[in-house]
Amino acid sequence: MNRDGLALWLTPFVARPIALAGLCVLLAMVFAAIFAPWLAPHDPYAIDPIVRLTPPNAAHWFGTDQFGRDTLSRAIYSARMALLIGSGVVFFALITGVPIGVFSALFPRLGHALMRMVDVLMAFPSLLLALGLIVILGPSVVNSILAIGVGFMTTTTRIVYGLTLRLRAETYVEAARSMGSGTGWIAVKHILPNLISPLLVQASFVFAFAQLGAASLDFLGLGAPPDIPSWGNMLAESRIFITRAPWLLFFPGMMIVLTAFSLNLVGDALRDRLDPRFREVFGGEG
Amino acid sequence: MWSYALKRTGTTALTLVAASIVVFAFIHVIPGDPIYVLLGDTATPDQIENLRHELGLDQPIVIQYLQWVGHALSGDLGHSIFFQAPVLSVIADGAETSTLLATITMVWVVLIGIPIGVIAAVRHGSWLDQGLSGAAMLMASVPTFWVGLYLILIFAATLGWLPSSGYPSIFDGGLGNLRYLILPSLTLAAPNAALILRLTRASMLDVSREDYVRAARAKGIRPWQVVRRHILRNALLTVVSAFGFTFAALLSEAVVTETVFALPGIGRLVVQSILRRDYPVIQGIILVIVVIYLLVNLIVDLTYRVLDPRVELQ
Repeated sequence: MNRDGLALWLTPFVARPIALAGLCVLLAMVFAAIFAPWLAPHDPYAIDPIVRLTPPNAAHWFGTDQFGRDTLSRAIYSARMALLIGSGVVFFALITGVPIGVFSALFPRLGHALMRMVDVLMAFPSLLLALGLIVILGPSVVNSILAIGVGFMTTTTRIVYGLTLRLRAETYVEAARSMGSGTGWIAVKHILPNLISPLLVQASFVFAFAQLGAASLDFLGLGAPPDIPSWGNMLAESRIFITRAPWLLFFPGMMIVLTAFSLNLVGDALRDRLDPRFREVFGGEG
Repeated sequence: MWSYALKRTGTTALTLVAASIVVFAFIHVIPGDPIYVLLGDTATPDQIENLRHELGLDQPIVIQYLQWVGHALSGDLGHSIFFQAPVLSVIADGAETSTLLATITMVWVVLIGIPIGVIAAVRHGSWLDQGLSGAAMLMASVPTFWVGLYLILIFAATLGWLPSSGYPSIFDGGLGNLRYLILPSLTLAAPNAALILRLTRASMLDVSREDYVRAARAKGIRPWQVVRRHILRNALLTVVSAFGFTFAALLSEAVVTETVFALPGIGRLVVQSILRRDYPVIQGIILVIVVIYLLVNLIVDLTYRVLDPRVELQ
């Protein structure tokens, strides 16, 4: 990306300090996920019965849980799971939604039938769909990604479909077609490049809601295995100690809120710099 | 209007048929023989033979599907492995809690979301607007169960004002039992009220850019009258059309909320049935919820048409 391109992407953040703050929080989360072993003051799995359920102190900034494990270290390691789930769900939603959406818009006859099938999947409330898939696939990290991803595949397909229909009617696409360009060429050369910025907006919202979905699955005991540190798992365990150890409830929850809120702020800022014709595909909030 | 209503009902029916195939397939894609999936591991050979015959599992899959639909239409959604009772009656037991929870939640969503959305839109661009909009986005970024656990910690465990879990029927203990649903409904309302708030604000701003609003202002109509008669009325149409979506979100999040507050509703029943491997109940609930969701969306769409005759022209 050249300097002008970079500047263009940073404009919405310069104009809106809170969105810039959100971007910084996200970078910090990614940093924490990558460098967790160096950042975490303790081993996240180390059990120490002597210090069990200790409130935050100098040795354990975020306190300890019922096994004496360090909450801060577990919270830092959980950033890995958050990043994995978030990027996994975004990847799944894009890898399925983009081809189906573009194809359906460019080949209306088959496309119409495909979109009806997407509509059918949309008749299932997202968490219910995820739970149904977990029943079939069994609970695991990868299956959490798939189960949550299917719900976003449908919304992503709808958005891509709507955008492609608009782009298809543009003069330059018609011009390309009249000069003999094939549909595949048009898709790659004229449609996909124009989808990048709206999809970036969609990706940040999907990433945010994937965090909440994964936290719900973990909380219900149907997500990542309980010994893996994740914010949802930590909250699920904290439930019975909420009066005795409120810090166990506070810190992991704040992590989820910070991450999801930052992603929403970034998504909002990116959406506002979108081409106005695309903006209404996202519901026209703002 | 009537042709639209007919067409819209037709697509809903088609979607429902397709969705029912997905729900039917659910039992068959769970690893293992469907007969054990439906009866559990402790089934006797007699039971197995009976059910195999009753469901026509020896028949082609299309016949099986048609039989299943026939049963479902006559109210027979199968038999719960755990409760040893018809699935429909098991679901019906949770219906009171879930229906009341959804209704009270919708009341909160409307009472909180719309007025605050209007205030934010009227004060567009001010600090108040930025604060309210920011708060709404924050609420949409908070896991529902976390809100629920905090409400329990504050209002039940610490202050002792409200009960933290369970819900005895209002038919046994009178309307006073509704207090059991205050914290759960507020929990469930939080993210959805935030959504409606943002939507109300956005569509108010959209409408306020319309020519007829400018004309009304130019005529010298008082500002609050313009807001009430010209902007709000039209802006609410968009909000009404979002109620179907909100309802779906609410059905999903009720699963978590009912679990947090140990409410004897359909949402908690889903989770428990998953943990108990009570597949017939899971299947039944998914079917019932999809039917309700499609009907709500149909009603919302038709209402929208009645409320806004302009849509017909487009």
